Amino acid sequence: MTQPFPFSAIVGQEAMKQAMVLTAIDHGIGGVLVFGDRGTGKSTAVRALAALLPEILAVEGCPVNSAKPEDVPEWFGAKPTKLVKRPTPVIDLPLGATEDRVVGALDIERALTRGEKAFEPGLLARANRGYLYIDEVNLLEDHIVDLLLDVAQSGENVVEREGLSIRHAARFVLVGSGNPEEGELRPQLLDRFGLSVEVTSPRDVGTRVEVMRRRDAYENDHDVFMKKWRAKDNALRKAILAARAALPGLITPGAVLHDCASLCIALGSDGLRGELTLLRAARAQAAFEGAASVSRSHLKAVATSALSHRLRRDPLDEAGSGSRVARILAETLP
Amino acid sequence: MTVQSIRGPLAPWERVECALAVLAVDPSGVKGLWLRARASAVRDHVTAALPDARRIHPGIDDTALFGGVDLAATLAAGHLVRSRGLLASPVAVILTMAERCPPGLSARLARWLDDAGPCLIALDEGTENEETLPSALTDRLGLFLDLGDMPWSETETIALDPVQIASARVQLSSVRLPPDALQSMTSVAFAMGIASLRAPQLALVCARALAAWRGEMTASTDTLRHAAELTLAHRGELPETTESETAPPPPDPAEDETNRPQTDNTDRLPDDVLLDAIRAALPADLLARLAAGRANRAAKGNGTGIVRKGNHRGRPLASLPGTPGSGKRIDLVATLRAAAPWQPLRRRQADTQKLEIRKSDLRIKRYQESSDRVLIFAVDASGSSAFARLAEAKGAVELLLAQAYSRRDHVALIAFRGNRAELILPPTRSLVQTKRRLAALPGGGGTPLASGLALAFELALQTRARGMTPTVALLTDGRGNIALDGTPNRERAEADSLRIARALRAANLPGLVIDIASRPQPALRRMADMLNAPYLPLPRADAQRLSSVLSAAMEP
Repeated sequence: MTQPFPFSAIVGQEAMKQAMVLTAIDHGIGGVLVFGDRGTGKSTAVRALAALLPEILAVEGCPVNSAKPEDVPEWFGAKPTKLVKRPTPVIDLPLGATEDRVVGALDIERALTRGEKAFEPGLLARANRGYLYIDEVNLLEDHIVDLLLDVAQSGENVVEREGLSIRHAARFVLVGSGNPEEGELRPQLLDRFGLSVEVTSPRDVGTRVEVMRRRDAYENDHDVFMKKWRAKDNALRKAILAARAALPGLITPGAVLHDCASLCIALGSDGLRGELTLLRAARAQAAFEGAASVSRSHLKAVATSALSHRLRRDPLDEAGSGSRVARILAETLP
Repeated sequence: MTVQSIRGPLAPWERVECALAVLAVDPSGVKGLWLRARASAVRDHVTAALPDARRIHPGIDDTALFGGVDLAATLAAGHLVRSRGLLASPVAVILTMAERCPPGLSARLARWLDDAGPCLIALDEGTENEETLPSALTDRLGLFLDLGDMPWSETETIALDPVQIASARVQLSSVRLPPDALQSMTSVAFAMGIASLRAPQLALVCARALAAWRGEMTASTDTLRHAAELTLAHRGELPETTESETAPPPPDPAEDETNRPQTDNTDRLPDDVLLDAIRAALPADLLARLAAGRANRAAKGNGTGIVRKGNHRGRPLASLPGTPGSGKRIDLVATLRAAAPWQPLRRRQADTQKLEIRKSDLRIKRYQESSDRVLIFAVDASGSSAFARLAEAKGAVELLLAQAYSRRDHVALIAFRGNRAELILPPTRSLVQTKRRLAALPGGGGTPLASGLALAFELALQTRARGMTPTVALLTDGRGNIALDGTPNRERAEADSLRIARALRAANLPGLVIDIASRPQPALRRMADMLNAPYLPLPRADAQRLSSVLSAAMEP
């Protein structure tokens, strides 16, 4: 397979790129939802992200990519101890994937040939410590959505079926993309995404031509193009790693907490998840910028993507919730 | 097929030939063909010339597509036998009855096209506007052909010269495009309002393939024009014929990058030429039809989860052979019945006394899907209309509900008067309750039409989220004079009502406007247009007539 399109070479779509980088810095932010028109580079960005992410250390052969040998689930049978580097998993969850493919099921091969009751891990196991990508997330079947909601919340996949009783860690960053014209997302699922961004195709010819030109170079002049952008991707990867290291030492002044709370109150967002995500995203943003402490400007930089999908929907609001956040942001935090 | 330059736009059959040639030369580049045509001799002419491909149908399951455990072979062999999926090998795929393609399948095919798949040929037999290919695929497939009104006399057998195809494939990598082709194609796609950036990219790929087919080292203006016809024409709306305003601005020389050689203006391809080519390419009403299909698809997409959720009580249908899995439940009785005749034979074979059930015996349950309908009445109970029409409206609601009961429909009633709207009757099927509430419905006061509509809108969205299919029936004399915030202001009131009407339409809620004023109101007709709803002036309607009109409008 050819190398994916480099992340740094994506023209524009800054909000989407920012959101993805922030979740790469802090997995706890909890996922990105990308909503927008077709052909705006949503899938391209996710595939590019997979190539951009730093490698993880995992136990060799472990089906859930455990970081430590003692975390390898019992049902795996073997007890490997060697740690190997492997790319951060970015797992595709196709629409219409069956329940047993998602959560795992009885291993038919072993059941048939050896008469053993063994577990065959599903997509959730493979996505542990990585990303789970759902294209057209708004068209996902309801019973799969329910499964995902539960697992995304608890970080653990519990399988009780076909006489199996299995549990394993399933902590992943949920990345969803879709086109809102084709169906709304249930608020419960919406809330599980930490950040949401809306992408639109660029409105000026110049930018569009630039997109086309890079795409053309990627297709027809592959090696030169990849060489040109690999350096930028490497620099970005280093910045992400540096930000991860800086995150624990970051100071969060009380004033910023106060800002967070007052913004969420002014917006009337449901629950406290909004505040928590906003703060986490702001911290990741600050770490990425190399600041020593979180400031109001970091908060402002992430507020729209952290909060716009948590507002009560007003069906008559034609401008969309993004601009509502921007307006109240300007009023509350001048 | 003449290799020499063809002047002007392609003749319809030439377009078909060009599309097939492009598909043969660079299948994995253009990704495929969307062929919109009924099954006919004309279409057979086209399909006969398609490259070798595997045929799939919209009901195909994942195991057949991607491979999986082959249960029958596994049971027979005693060890695991995996089947290879169709998509595992790089082969062109023909999707028949593509207009019935469910979103799950289209998403998987789209993913396959993005990654590995060479190309998909979608045979779209949609006749109605709303029947069309899912947009995940229309966006990705490069070529489009509509054989709708192609007369048989203009068609002929297409035989693409294999030698020419082979040499074109060799040539393909060395074909150059004129330096400003990229700019022109992008500008034209943009001017046509095509948001997706896949479109111009596919147009360029198509231009390269077409140039290779025609033996051009650098794609000629004609080739670019024809590529635009084949790939862009069906995607957007054409800008107005007076192009001076809508045509894209000329490229800004400042943004030119160093890697782009400056060209003299002599071989600059005017964007107008491309647009003209596209304009000539398609029958005038096709774009409107496609746009309607897109809109409808959007509305339908909303229903994917909802319609199924609404099946509280499906009518059982005959069970089908199949494997139980997510969403499919086993029909045990039918399975046993299917297995029964084989028992003696199988017992002898397996030498047991146990019940022997094979995979081929499995039957799955099916239900008829239909969701409940809700008729939401928004009734004007203001002073101006109360005395004249309220009684008839009440009568009609009762009559409808009496009929609705037999059809298991729900009715909800919103009354607006004074300065606000009120939900008199939440969605219900209880005739008794409705009668009591309606009898108590008082009249008089201002006409807060906007509030009434807003409440109806909210209720419609709620019921839709619960899996029902709402229809909004507005009964009013149309003199809205109270704005949404409850203040009397005729102008603001009208603006508010129109705004909500727009939102209703955007949400694809079916509606119907019944004018109960003694003289038809132009303002109400405007509102009906805005709602995209039928407008029925019923100045002398009695309850009976009103109810028959309403039930006619609700029939799908």
